[in-house]
Amino acid sequence: MANNMVYLALQNNEDARPIIEAIAEDNPHATINHYPAMVKIDAPGRLTVKRASVEEKLGRDWDPQEIQINLISISGNVVESEEEFAVERLS
Amino acid sequence: MQIDIRTTNLQPLRHTFAHVARRLGSDKPASRYQEATFDLQPTTSFHYRPLWDPERDLYDERRTAIQMADWYIFKDPRQFYYGSWTIARAKQQDSVERNFAFVEKRNLLDLMTPEWKQKVQEALVPLRHLEYSANLNNCFITAYGYGAAVTQATMLASMDRLGIAQYLTRIGLVLDGNTGAVLDVGKQAWLNDPMWQPLRELAEELLTLQDWFELLVAQNFVLDGLLYPLVYERFDTRISENGGSALAMLTEFMVDWFAETNRFTDMMLKTAAAESAANKTVLEQWVRRWTARVAGALAPLTEHVFAAEAEAVMRELQDDLRTRAKKKCGLDL
Repeated sequence: MANNMVYLALQNNEDARPIIEAIAEDNPHATINHYPAMVKIDAPGRLTVKRASVEEKLGRDWDPQEIQINLISISGNVVESEEEFAVERLS
Repeated sequence: MQIDIRTTNLQPLRHTFAHVARRLGSDKPASRYQEATFDLQPTTSFHYRPLWDPERDLYDERRTAIQMADWYIFKDPRQFYYGSWTIARAKQQDSVERNFAFVEKRNLLDLMTPEWKQKVQEALVPLRHLEYSANLNNCFITAYGYGAAVTQATMLASMDRLGIAQYLTRIGLVLDGNTGAVLDVGKQAWLNDPMWQPLRELAEELLTLQDWFELLVAQNFVLDGLLYPLVYERFDTRISENGGSALAMLTEFMVDWFAETNRFTDMMLKTAAAESAANKTVLEQWVRRWTARVAGALAPLTEHVFAAEAEAVMRELQDDLRTRAKKKCGLDL
């Protein structure tokens, strides 16, 4: 059975909340699961964190690499650029 | 004996304060900015009318011609509350300190030609007095404005203006080797030199404005909107061409601060103008009137620095401001 699910697990705190909101808006196909102290976001194929969306939520400049500070774990292949941080798995 | 470790998920009874939840539409986690802003200012059940204004309440919407159904739709795009603002400014302060140390250690300001060093002393240092009036004006907006969303940001802005005045003072001290001579000369120029008198008159006039929103337009949108590009972009470029690129390291904060604070100022005008046609008309009148007034007050300073090109420079700056008013604030001038 081909499984192309990817996920991002982020800390559930004040810093990560704008990132989680931005992911939720940019990835309508994603499922967001709240756990104690952790938010795990699952999606088939690809999850994208866009710099512009997070900056708008955060009200300041944001480097996609800053996601590492609040990132607990990931599944999928990382695709990084100036403008976004994404995990994807092509089936 | 076997111990099973299990996690138990405790659902909080509520995620935020009830008054914040009402604004968000449901009880979901709110950002610190939202919790530190929404409905913080008292609106009802005031004790006495203030003695200094017995016609109105302590916090009263009628202290400006601008009318809003809800004063909390002004949302600072920078989301500054005390915590995030201090963190942002502390970082900037660190880098400004490093820049000052770098410039002082290598005496980089001495690379300027004496003629341009003189111009910096004459045209930049006295601006610290103008920054002080900008500080007082933002204090006024904070004191008489309505709603914590507005007054919080203007209080932070008034502290920023003190900071900028201090940076200008320190530039003066770097120029005169910490004797303070340049500052004394600058103060005398601000008080007596004909070049500064129209600007000083304008500053004093702004201190007497009663409508806080008009003051926000006149000081933060029009005066800063013309002065900052004039001094920290155009004048700065001219200084750099004459051996003073090190000065740009010392005024970097002002450039960054202006770009950042514009986002707040533009949001204020845009939100108020979008509220009603009446607001839009009032704002357009204010911007038009103050642009003409401020351009006149800046003319002698512009001429001192740009000589023959002064008129063209001032015209371009006014065009830029009008474009900004149209594009960022939705005002037709």
